Amino acid sequence: MNDPVDVLIVGAGASGAAVAWSLAETRMRIVCLEQGGWMNPAEYPSAGRDWEARAYGDFSPSPNVRGRREDYPVNDDNSPIKVLNFNAVGGSTVMYTAHFPRLHPSDFRVRTLDGVAEDWPIDYATLEPFFALNDRMMGVSGLAGDPATPPHEPPMPPLPMGKSGALFGKALNSLGWHWWPSDTTVATTDYEGRARCINLGHCTPACAQGAKASTDITYWPAARRAGVEVRTHCRVREITTNEHGMAAGAVYYDADGVEQFQAAHVVVVACNGVGTPRLLLNSASGRFPNGLANSSGLVGKNLMFHPYAQVYGYLPEETDSHRAPPTCLWSHEFYETDRTRGFVRGYIFQFGRGVGPVVEAVTSEAKGILPWGREHHAKFRRLSGHRMSMAAICEDLPEEHNRVTLDPVLKDSHGIPAPRIDYTLGENSRRMLAHGEARAREILAAAGATDICVNSPIPMGGWHLLGTARMGTDPERSVVNEWGRAHDVKNLFIVDGSVFVTSGGVNPTSTIQAIALYVADQMKQRLATLFD
Amino acid sequence: MTYETRLTADERAELRAIAAEIVPASDEYGVPGADDPAIQADLLATLGRDTALVREALGQLRTLAGGSFGALPPDRREVVAGALRATGGKAVATLSRVVLQCYYRDDRVLHSLGLEARAPFPMGNVLPDGDWSLLDPVRARPPFWRRTD
Repeated sequence: MNDPVDVLIVGAGASGAAVAWSLAETRMRIVCLEQGGWMNPAEYPSAGRDWEARAYGDFSPSPNVRGRREDYPVNDDNSPIKVLNFNAVGGSTVMYTAHFPRLHPSDFRVRTLDGVAEDWPIDYATLEPFFALNDRMMGVSGLAGDPATPPHEPPMPPLPMGKSGALFGKALNSLGWHWWPSDTTVATTDYEGRARCINLGHCTPACAQGAKASTDITYWPAARRAGVEVRTHCRVREITTNEHGMAAGAVYYDADGVEQFQAAHVVVVACNGVGTPRLLLNSASGRFPNGLANSSGLVGKNLMFHPYAQVYGYLPEETDSHRAPPTCLWSHEFYETDRTRGFVRGYIFQFGRGVGPVVEAVTSEAKGILPWGREHHAKFRRLSGHRMSMAAICEDLPEEHNRVTLDPVLKDSHGIPAPRIDYTLGENSRRMLAHGEARAREILAAAGATDICVNSPIPMGGWHLLGTARMGTDPERSVVNEWGRAHDVKNLFIVDGSVFVTSGGVNPTSTIQAIALYVADQMKQRLATLFD
Repeated sequence: MTYETRLTADERAELRAIAAEIVPASDEYGVPGADDPAIQADLLATLGRDTALVREALGQLRTLAGGSFGALPPDRREVVAGALRATGGKAVATLSRVVLQCYYRDDRVLHSLGLEARAPFPMGNVLPDGDWSLLDPVRARPPFWRRTD
């Protein structure tokens, strides 16, 4: 029997780390349960000669392909977009591209401005100080002065523009469209114990240099120094409740597979937009027969990805290829609603730099532009090192039929029911994808690219898992209130992407972490009345 | 997770033969084919979780060849390889991928492409800073994010 703790956090990823660090100053006893372990950068793909191949195996972004002992399976057969994640201390920040835009002010007012979905119960101004705090903690590089976003000052200078950035810049200037160096969490100077980027160029499947911020090397060292305990290889099966309908703690399997119970006065769930509804639905009981905190019936519903339209082509000139971080520039030219486009809301473009020889060969062969046989070598030499690539990251509107439920058959290695995904692309998203593809083709044409290839939506593109336990002031239309507390269970908090009301059209990690810091701040301000 | 990772001698021979059809040796570029012994050794040593699908693809190849693919005359091998590729599917895609991912990490092949044969870490790469004056037209734009107040 473990001694009770004040705060139990489930999940040590982007949001769990941020909330743990922020709450640590209260000197409460805080324990975090994480189903994965601590990663060893010496074993990251970029430290070995098989660095590209491992993306198809043990460092695939898909848990179903990866199949590490830390992973749980996901039945996403009924979705054109597959769920991606990473399970470890640091969560999916270990395996993300480090592209770090914020939601725009308009994203919090979509009903008021555009008559779709619902407004958030909080706004950009509420989160602004937490965005800034998170930028300092994660270490953000970027360039102030972007006319497309509210003013902010990234603590480090931007990544170099490189050859690829200049090629994009010229093409976008010829079209008169916005572009700007992306905010990223890649350190461009030595920063808080992290070494600066040396352009390993293989950022997404973890950074061996430690220049890319993942919470195992940013928030967690600070949180642990402040007294937070992280228990690794501990998979939570369910959150239990007491006779008062309050969360009592969590049942979990420890590293030896032994069932344990951890009692807690407060439970914080930080398992992402698929893991969180899975846990809440697996926590059904007599008092909560439809799952914990689910009196609204919305736990698991309104799942939002960001459908990606990826478009790339090949230039006569060399690009940066795999010799630089894949994050480069963004464009917010098509972010805000313009109804003449045939859809509401919008998307950003994320511009990349290219890929290595293996990925070039494999993807080009699959697309049919790289032949087998005698012509293979000549064609490969025209492709390799010449790719110009971009992706439109489209806002996905909430629709209740897009959902996470428990699979009746599939279970993880501990026998816990696995999540099942049912998702279809909405008409607004389809139109937005088509618009993004068409604009991307114009950019590539302006740059002189040939051999244009399209993936729309990217099937292996379900990085962003949002909306399945959304926040709101109405308990019948939301799962948590405007400061992250479950309407139904007054000592249960949710801090991950599940609480998003709408998705915006940008990578969400910056906003997820700002919300986690905001919720932690609200908890600290309300400690005396937290359960009222 | 455990996998059956060994191919039979016949399967290895078929794998070598189809690899040579996917990426043949080239005197023009001074590179080996994907049937090169060192590349094949790497492929067999790292097949791991892909073994079952590769075996399935080799079975499809035998069916299309009406027997041993490697025993076919060269012009017939080219036709059958084309038919296999046209078949598509996960098994054929996996076969193609494992051949290509081993071929394009071979030292000789990388050198022929002007690439260094090494892991990205710890040396990294040099990235030119670029011409930041290109950003001047964008800097001149007034703020255009949508205000909500």
